[in-house]
Amino acid sequence: MYGGFGTIGSPALLIDALLQKGVRDLTLIGIDAGYPDVGIGKLISHGRVKKLLTTHIGSNPEAGQQMMDGRLAVTFCPQGIFAEKIRAGGVGIPGILVDARMWGEATDGREAVLFEGKPCWMEPALTADVGIVYAKQADTYGNLIYDKSARNLNPLVAMAAEITIAEVEEIVPAGELDPEKIVTPGIFVDYMVNRSGGNS
Amino acid sequence: MRLTMDQRNMIARRAAKEIVPGMAVNLGIGIPELVADFIPNEWHVMFHSVNGILGVGPTPIQGEEDQHISNAGGAPVTIVPGASYFDSTVAYGMIRRRKLDVAFIGALQVNRRGDLANWIVPGTRVHGIGGGAELAFYAKKVIVLMSHVTLSGEPKIRRECTFPLTAKGCVDLIVTERAVIEVTPEGLMLTEVMYPYSLQDVIYHTGAPLLISEHLQMVE
Repeated sequence: MYGGFGTIGSPALLIDALLQKGVRDLTLIGIDAGYPDVGIGKLISHGRVKKLLTTHIGSNPEAGQQMMDGRLAVTFCPQGIFAEKIRAGGVGIPGILVDARMWGEATDGREAVLFEGKPCWMEPALTADVGIVYAKQADTYGNLIYDKSARNLNPLVAMAAEITIAEVEEIVPAGELDPEKIVTPGIFVDYMVNRSGGNS
Repeated sequence: MRLTMDQRNMIARRAAKEIVPGMAVNLGIGIPELVADFIPNEWHVMFHSVNGILGVGPTPIQGEEDQHISNAGGAPVTIVPGASYFDSTVAYGMIRRRKLDVAFIGALQVNRRGDLANWIVPGTRVHGIGGGAELAFYAKKVIVLMSHVTLSGEPKIRRECTFPLTAKGCVDLIVTERAVIEVTPEGLMLTEVMYPYSLQDVIYHTGAPLLISEHLQMVE
């Protein structure tokens, strides 16, 4: 599972590291497929991905081609529901109810259930074995602060993975970040990679 | 028919008249992106972007882009005073809680009941629906900005959509280079015909029955 929207807020170093490590047959969960040569799309271009759960792949024709060829299994979900499914995963809720009148095109033959008189679909929460996120600043406890629109899916992914790895611009001693400004509490963060050098 | 830049700007200028000061507005990709150019700064319209900004400002001067501020299409943008950043669930919370006054959206087809098809042409590569369905379903007002006909001259406003729907009954107003059409409970109501097109031309190139407003304007 990965943060980022296009290339903004995408953990570029961690993606390169995954490439170098040679991992394959990955299932990816994230908002888009990046670009063929930038962001998460690199893993797809190198044939490392077998399944992709996402909302839109328009920026990555290579992902589209692999899907047409049957090499990549892609499952689409409307973006707001997708984000909410990850949020549910991150806060330990099994699933969410979605207004069935909004997403009317059932693709898997499911029946809507009535909840308080409204037709709804039950959508399972999304979690992952590993989450990779990008943040602007961390402290040594793992507390994270994001950078403008590079926040996007990152705080949600950070909470929804069994192991969360954060790529950060800067790691400062615990106590130096204003607790009021911390977005992701460090308890959700397992490892950090400092972009300016040195791991933690 | 491929629209000229002048025609695209004309559509955006007309659509911008639907905005009043203080509104929260989402602009889709394509012609809708041009709408911002026709809104005075002092109106304090807050532009929403699904990647997590409320208060998107103009395109930055070349060389002054911030690599961490972009719109949902990935283009660098600035922010206005009062702007905020937030995660994707909050971006869609604003949408689902009907806080957006207007969504300007491009379209492939619209039918007489205001059903919208704008996410897939059958037989072509699937890109995924992104945030389109949620914006179209939940915005208080949905305005479609598009060319009146396809590249091959087929009407895009039809009795029934033949492409998969993005959302049902969501469209309130259609603005094209030829006409402004309201979706009403009685059907599609033609309210404006754009110069140099004629009433007959608009009727001929619309694939659904049109009611003619008693206040029909021929716009110069």
